[in-house]
Amino acid sequence: MASLSPVRTVSTESNRNNVSVKSNPSVGTPQRFSLPPKSSVAADSGQRFKISALKVFYGPKEVLHGININISSNVVTAIIGPSGCGKSTLLRSLNRMTETVRRARMEGEVLLDGENIMNMDVVRLRRRVGMVFQRPNPFPKSIFDNVAYGLRINGHKGSLAAAVEHSLRRAALWDEVKDQLHKSAYALSGGQQQRLCIARALAVDPEVLLLDEPCSALDPVTTAKIEELLFQLKPSCTIVIVTHNMQQAARASDSTAFLLEGRLIEYQPTPKLFTTPSDPRTEAYITGRFG
Amino acid sequence: MQAPTNVIERATLWHGPRAFFRRLRTGDEVAHIITLIFAAVVVGITALLVYQLWIQSVLSRQKFGWAFFFTHVWDPLAGQFGALPFLYGTLVTAAIGLCLAVPLGLGTAIFLSEFSPPRVSDSLAFLVDLLAAVPSVIYGLLGIFIMVPWLRTTVEPALKSTLGFLPLFQGPTYGVGFLAAGLILAVMVVPFIVSVSREVLIAVPREQREAALALGATRWETIWKAVVPFAKSGIIGSVFLALARALGETMAVTMVIGNDPKVSASLFAPGYSIAAVIANEFTEATGNLYLSALIELGLVLFVLTFVLNGLARLLVLATTTRGAAHE
Amino acid sequence: MSLRTYWRKFFNAFMFGLTALFAAATVSVLFVILGYLVYHGGQNINWNFFTKLPTPVGERGGGMANAVVGSAKLLLIALLLGVPIGVLTGVYLAEFGGKTTSFFIRYTTDLLNGVPSIVIGIFAYTIVVLPMRHFSTLAGGFALGVMMIPITVRSTEQFLKAVPNPLREGAMALGASKWKTTLTVVVPAAGSGIITGIMLALARVAGETAPLLFTAFSNRYWSAGWNEPIASLPVMIYTYAIGPYADWHEQAWSAGLVLLALVLMVNVGTRLVLARKVSVSR
Repeated sequence: MASLSPVRTVSTESNRNNVSVKSNPSVGTPQRFSLPPKSSVAADSGQRFKISALKVFYGPKEVLHGININISSNVVTAIIGPSGCGKSTLLRSLNRMTETVRRARMEGEVLLDGENIMNMDVVRLRRRVGMVFQRPNPFPKSIFDNVAYGLRINGHKGSLAAAVEHSLRRAALWDEVKDQLHKSAYALSGGQQQRLCIARALAVDPEVLLLDEPCSALDPVTTAKIEELLFQLKPSCTIVIVTHNMQQAARASDSTAFLLEGRLIEYQPTPKLFTTPSDPRTEAYITGRFG
Repeated sequence: MQAPTNVIERATLWHGPRAFFRRLRTGDEVAHIITLIFAAVVVGITALLVYQLWIQSVLSRQKFGWAFFFTHVWDPLAGQFGALPFLYGTLVTAAIGLCLAVPLGLGTAIFLSEFSPPRVSDSLAFLVDLLAAVPSVIYGLLGIFIMVPWLRTTVEPALKSTLGFLPLFQGPTYGVGFLAAGLILAVMVVPFIVSVSREVLIAVPREQREAALALGATRWETIWKAVVPFAKSGIIGSVFLALARALGETMAVTMVIGNDPKVSASLFAPGYSIAAVIANEFTEATGNLYLSALIELGLVLFVLTFVLNGLARLLVLATTTRGAAHE
Repeated sequence: MSLRTYWRKFFNAFMFGLTALFAAATVSVLFVILGYLVYHGGQNINWNFFTKLPTPVGERGGGMANAVVGSAKLLLIALLLGVPIGVLTGVYLAEFGGKTTSFFIRYTTDLLNGVPSIVIGIFAYTIVVLPMRHFSTLAGGFALGVMMIPITVRSTEQFLKAVPNPLREGAMALGASKWKTTLTVVVPAAGSGIITGIMLALARVAGETAPLLFTAFSNRYWSAGWNEPIASLPVMIYTYAIGPYADWHEQAWSAGLVLLALVLMVNVGTRLVLARKVSVSR
């Protein structure tokens, strides 16, 4: 079975972020994982991403209007907002996946550890910044070959088997699949496939992991496992997660950014954004008045 | 630190000659160029084909000009080459083939798309597709040994005795001839009409059927008055496709048409088609003019099928991209 | 019910019956063909057919070994010509091509697809036979290869496009460049479809006679190397069928049965493989 601590539900008073989301019947009670309380949010171990005046166009349409945001290292940053607000576009611009769309155009500056990503070799960028997608998309290959894919194309030196095992352990999947590494990835359940995709992304040892609504196609138990996973990865990896599930943002992230219609409305440490948001639109969104 | 305005397009984000070599290193440009070269080879082969047909027929084109199409004399020994018998034969056999194949094919398609349950429809459609895969020479084999004797002993005498007052059904009944070739073409092109028509009929939106049924129409009336007219252009497209196939059919036709370069009114008479004469006489063509005339016939065949195929594709496209808005 | 309504209902039932009859007639042709081939050709399919050369006219006991091998050699050349060009062009159209270039190439491919096979034979004659001044296996293989190209292009493009985009994105997000993604993820994912497309193309050209008539010509003996005229199953069927000897006719039936059996097996087989693939994948 997975090597995670069992999930326990607790009362609203104590939870990891000390957040009690403003009472509203539709929001519900966040859950807590039985782990030692994390360190303070404003862990300024550095700014991983410095984004200035970022604009993204799909053809003539301007989808992001001048975003300015700094993503801190080794924390979980959540991006929330209603459908169509540009959160996925913002995420995808961080590893230049917007380029896969034919008529996409980026303007502005995105610095990864001080280096402009536009001038970087895109292959190198995508090794440092990995991505997990909304629906699990394992390749039609074996479990082993899926995890080893990134290693092989980037020229891994040393034992593939060891690296694959390491990644699968980090993704909390090793115990479930260690005896069937040569089976097709499609034989796994949806939640396992998503964790396999996380393992695949982790295999090349990225500094940043971008997740685009990774749990939207999964059940609550699997979702909890993955959130636990992110918590464990945090010390070694900067995590940016797009989610339309506010409770998830509230439980699992250290900072949260709220986007609306392609603009960054508010960006705060998570407890503050969910208890005392500065902008009335943020408050309207998190209390469920729209979205 | 860079200036804050960087503009990139698609996956090619740098411009200029230095950038070209940088892109080259990533391998994407190389792959693009290599596959483009192979794609260009296809275009090159096609262009070369048209060119060769044109160039190699120059002797005949210059000697006979447009009269080539109206002369009915084909006398290799005398150096006289006229295409009329072959044009006539090609068109007559294709016409007979279509007259028989269109009702049969359309009827089958209607049954498969409208009347029969989906599973039956799919299995039968599969069998019809297999028919389309049968080689021409095998149709010819059955034509020579089964169909021609049957025509000679049963069908043609019957037609002669009942409809013999028409010039179409007069003359000696050899079995081989225009009728035989037309029949075998009919059998060969039916699968094409069926598969394309079935697809366009299935693509007709169900609202059309429902509107007619709601007005109290019977199944057949719905089909004939609502569904088929909607799919009209696609069905006509399938007929053009079938016609293009029929024009180019070589082996089965040459095995049953009688191979006689004459224009005759009677369907019982032996005749010739463009493809058949090329098949039979190409290796025996002595002299450049003879060969050139045959190649000119090939050019004619190419142009005919090219035009028909082009029209067919346009028509089929017009039907399948049609939305709910009709007329 | 009025008389008119009776008539309408009757006509409806009548047309149902008529179209059903048409459908039955169309489908039955396949079984008629198979039936006659098995009846007339089945008796002569024996070891001799596959191992002996044609005997002089009048002598019994000949076979079509050279034609079987000949067809195989011709198909080999057709493969070598048709597959690389066809598959790579398909890759271009599906992965790399810009809008106008792709349209133009697709249009040309469709054009080539519609050219009658006898005209392709003329083309091969002018390109290969005339310079070489004699018939050859190369010329025949060239003609068949040219015919294979458009079929392969179409099916390759179709199967490549059917590979879902998330797979491409997953690979690119791991740092794979476009060509690496295509080579290591997309093409393998479409692999079985592309192979079935190639097999169907092979089955199609294996039955073609017209383009071989004045390129590969024919041969009553073994054909050595690639420069000599060569026998092939379809041409032998044609030659024997129109010949005057009963023995030849019997052999034509048998050869026809062999040819049709091969063609049908490939068509049915690939259809089954594709159906199974669709139901197994996600």
